[in-house]
Amino acid sequence: MDYFIELLFGGLTRGSIYALIALGYTMVYGIIGLINFAHGEIYMIGAFTSFIIATVLSIYGFPLLAIVVIAGLAATVWSSAYGFTVEKLAYRPLRKAPRLAPLISAIGMSIFLQNYVLLAQTSDFLPFPALIPEFAFMEPVAHIVGSSDLVILITTTLVMIGLTFLIKFTKIGKAMRATAQDKTMAVLVGINVDRVISATFIIGSALAAIGGLLIASHIGQINFYIGFIAGIKAFTAAVLGGVGSIPGAVLGSLVLGLTESFATGYVSSDYEDVFAFSLLVLILIFKPSGLLGKAETKKV
Amino acid sequence: MLELRNVSAGYGNIQVLHNLDLVINSGEIITLIGANGAGKSTTLMAISGIVPVRSGKILFEGEPIHKISPEKLVAMGICQVPEGRHIFPALTVQENLDMGAFLRNDKDGIKDDLDYVFSLFPILAERRNQDGGTLSGGEQQMLAMSRALMARPKLLLLDEPSMGLAPLIIKQIFGIVRKINKDHNTTIFLVEQNANQALHIADRGYVIENGVITISDSAENLLKNQDVQKAYLGI
Ligand SMILES: Nc1ncnc2c1ncn2[C@@H]1O[C@H](COP(=O)(O)OP(=O)(O)OP(=O)(O)O)[C@@H](O)[C@H]1O
Ligand SMILES: [Mg+2]
Repeated sequence: MDYFIELLFGGLTRGSIYALIALGYTMVYGIIGLINFAHGEIYMIGAFTSFIIATVLSIYGFPLLAIVVIAGLAATVWSSAYGFTVEKLAYRPLRKAPRLAPLISAIGMSIFLQNYVLLAQTSDFLPFPALIPEFAFMEPVAHIVGSSDLVILITTTLVMIGLTFLIKFTKIGKAMRATAQDKTMAVLVGINVDRVISATFIIGSALAAIGGLLIASHIGQINFYIGFIAGIKAFTAAVLGGVGSIPGAVLGSLVLGLTESFATGYVSSDYEDVFAFSLLVLILIFKPSGLLGKAETKKV
Repeated sequence: MLELRNVSAGYGNIQVLHNLDLVINSGEIITLIGANGAGKSTTLMAISGIVPVRSGKILFEGEPIHKISPEKLVAMGICQVPEGRHIFPALTVQENLDMGAFLRNDKDGIKDDLDYVFSLFPILAERRNQDGGTLSGGEQQMLAMSRALMARPKLLLLDEPSMGLAPLIIKQIFGIVRKINKDHNTTIFLVEQNANQALHIADRGYVIENGVITISDSAENLLKNQDVQKAYLGI
């Protein structure tokens, strides 16, 4: 039973990280109908930014909490700046071009960012400082649920609540939904659609950066390639849940995280990806629009 | 208030509007009638800044506006209820109305206008927490008009508000168009295929055929005009 609970929490932790990245894919798709192929790199840049800041601050002996907060803020701001720029450079000039063009420019952007980090940093895995301490009160259950699992779950839940609030009640949130539903009409009520698109990239990037910080600290190492792997997984999760749907991205991520965790735990870690993608294929066969997706989504 | 001078516009290689001239004075109800594909919606989209003007000028209160972005035009007081209503389907009635007031920050004014549209269409108040997409066609038309009114427009552009509605609802909608015009001195530019009803509430009218204005006259005269009667009034 302990083992089951361990896998359950492991799966939820993984799933919440996927969700933080998957939301960026799904929100951007909801607004512009395109997949942001550079999104994984935004997450990777978030991890690197927090790595650099955290390393520097710990050299100067900052307290752990201060390091987490400052590194988190820096990663969020920096990744958002990258997300904003990716949209400006790779998507905006191609707004009226055929659908394939922006996809290719985004893939180019993704390769560029990977190689940029590779050159600026190193191809080796870098040890990421443990930002989440082992809490004393978690001692009795530490063999089942780690402190960092707990922190990741709580942080992600809070972020999701914040995001839901933003989308449901704020002016920009309503404008985002309106733009996703009917772009012409959004323009006709005076919404600046370019600004809404920028905001969407920024919010998605900020979420990915938080995910980058959490996972890097959880796993303890990063390199320039983590964005690609995480990006593919989160993209899978978004498709699983129904790309364009925000609850779908969260649900798809949790389903994917749990599947991987249980497959690894009960079968073998070699089959983790096999199970994940078999699940995707099965769901797409029986429900092509994803778990919570609308039926008429266009294929990319 | 609004003047189109020699306006040409179109899509890609197709030119739809050919040297259009049109004048709308403050406080008037003007109607534009024409058959399917004549260029009525294109005219409204050109005024709203969505379809680019290729040559000629559009003036609003004396200022050229044909190079101004659509969202700035809304801020200047030009609001359109497009053909097919374009309700945000997954936004509630209230949220659709909020979107109408997107560019405004005057809380009290917004509240007054909300009360006003609910007085025009009490059914919307009952449905305010329902998704826009679940409303009937007539209710959607009411919501679309109310959403535009929430921007407190000086010039209201209405594209075929009667389309697909039952005669009784059409009568109600046209009555309200007139009331809006009276209550706030809102200038109204009404595009219609339903020429008979439109000419009965309008001050003046234009007839458009293949992107060219062919007749311009008072509504009274147009109702008596033999060509109009034959082509648009089914007499
Ligand atoms: N987005 C578009 N791209 C290309 N051509 C278009 C587009 N929209 C309209 N047209 C063409 O422009 C012409 C005028 O269309 P418009 O929609 O202005 O007509 P309308 O008078 O509003 O007709 P209806 O009464 O059917 O609404 C038509 O020939 C139409 O096919
Ligand atoms: Mg039309």
